[in-house]
Amino acid sequence: MSSVDVTSSTTDQKYEIAHLKLVPKRHIGRMIAAAIVLLILAAIVRAFSVGQIEWSYVRDFLFAPAILDGLKSTLIMTVAAMALGIVLGVVIAIMRVSGNPVLSSIAIGYVWIFRGAPALLQLMIWFNLALIFPTMGIPGLFEFRTVDIMTPFVAAMLGLGISQGAYTSEVVRSGLLSVDSGQYEAARAIGMTQFKMLRRIVLPQAMRVMVPPIGNEVIGMVKLTSLASVIQYSEILHNAQIIYFANTRVLELLLVACFWYLVVVTLLSIGQYYIERYFGRGSKSITASM
Amino acid sequence: MTKDIIVKAVDVTKLYGPFTALDKVNLEIAKGEVCCIIGPSGSGKSTFLRCINQLEKMNSGAIWVNDELVGYRREGNNLHEINDADMARQRRRVGMVFQRFNLFPHMTALENVMEGPVQVLKEPVAEVRKRAEDILVRVGLSDKIGHYPSQLSGGQQQRVAIARAMCMRPDLILFDEPTSALDPELVSEVLDVMKDLAASGMTMIVVTHELGFARNVANTVAFMEAGKMVEIGPASEVLTSPKSPRTAEFIRAVHS
Repeated sequence: MSSVDVTSSTTDQKYEIAHLKLVPKRHIGRMIAAAIVLLILAAIVRAFSVGQIEWSYVRDFLFAPAILDGLKSTLIMTVAAMALGIVLGVVIAIMRVSGNPVLSSIAIGYVWIFRGAPALLQLMIWFNLALIFPTMGIPGLFEFRTVDIMTPFVAAMLGLGISQGAYTSEVVRSGLLSVDSGQYEAARAIGMTQFKMLRRIVLPQAMRVMVPPIGNEVIGMVKLTSLASVIQYSEILHNAQIIYFANTRVLELLLVACFWYLVVVTLLSIGQYYIERYFGRGSKSITASM
Repeated sequence: MTKDIIVKAVDVTKLYGPFTALDKVNLEIAKGEVCCIIGPSGSGKSTFLRCINQLEKMNSGAIWVNDELVGYRREGNNLHEINDADMARQRRRVGMVFQRFNLFPHMTALENVMEGPVQVLKEPVAEVRKRAEDILVRVGLSDKIGHYPSQLSGGQQQRVAIARAMCMRPDLILFDEPTSALDPELVSEVLDVMKDLAASGMTMIVVTHELGFARNVANTVAFMEAGKMVEIGPASEVLTSPKSPRTAEFIRAVHS
């Protein structure tokens, strides 16, 4: 009996520490890293505040008519090029999965060329198209001079929209492939035609997969429109440049343009959240939080 | 003819490359009849069922539903495939319930059931809603009407899928292994709904491994093996005293 008592008392003592307070590990490394990063950030902020930036110029030009006009043109070009890109993307994606070897090969060729060549180069080709085709039209029916048609707006829209279509077609295709084959069968079994099946059953489900990358591309397009400044389309960066050529406040005007890009991108990101939530209805992760 | 024939299949043959999936399969189903197709996996049961509403194309043979040739039209000495719109119109009269339910995940239970009648049959929404709600009550899902498929159990999803087929008011409903993807304890709730449907006079063709259901509910049992219709006859005969030794062997193997 006594020997049992002895062992139990020593074990009791040994396990006594079970009642001590548990203290989480201190993340020294993390604290040091955070301190370093904050220090660098402070240095950058200080550099900008003591640097030769006339903040009053930034303030004065933030709402200047030329800047706001440029912003408007940037937004119009984003919508126009993206709309063209999405229409082309859907058409090319459907051609690609159509099973028709000719259409499918053309779709592959389209993606190869327009995703392969730099967007800036494509803009310049469209803008300079008059050099190889002085006139365009259908002979005998109508004809016009290419320079009259290929305005900076049209050239930018074609250049950006067509190259965007190559990217968007891959997004649409992955969306179509993500829909389970059972969904196609169920839609057919209740007597849907191909078109109705695409519209009511397949695309709504594909959208859930397509919205995040397309949202991403819309945001990319907002910034890509700045390429159009090269062919004299008066979007916000182009107008900022015109102003700083006159007043030499280069960085101030660039910061003004930067500010507006960030505003637009922020608003679009918020919009994307709500669109994703709409198309995610019925999926597990969303319904769990409802 | 003394009885209305709903489905008539003549010499239906289907090849996958060198493999013969269906070898001259014949079947005749009368109005109100419940036919269970049994057989080992890979015997062509599901393939044959899917030929009836042309989810699967045949290589030769023909199928009539309600005296209308399915999927083809005779022109001279050939049968030409009909177009998408005509095919869709024919499928409206044949309901289908899948092994994996295939409910539309972006629609609630009620919307799933209403989709066909509203979008395809173009019936008035209010009327369809009333009917769809009644059917969902009938399959025991009155409290799940607004739920999405992801919020339902397998058995509940399959009952919604049956309700979706019923709401189209089809001439017959095809069931492709409707309980094979279910947890064992959920099988009976689906079979009960199917029993109720059979009792209401619906014509049903059921590919199944549930021999108990076949014995209690089916009028006719067909046994398929290796793409061939080995035996077909009244349920009691085929299940208790089959003519073919292969059928007897299969039934014994399933029961043991």
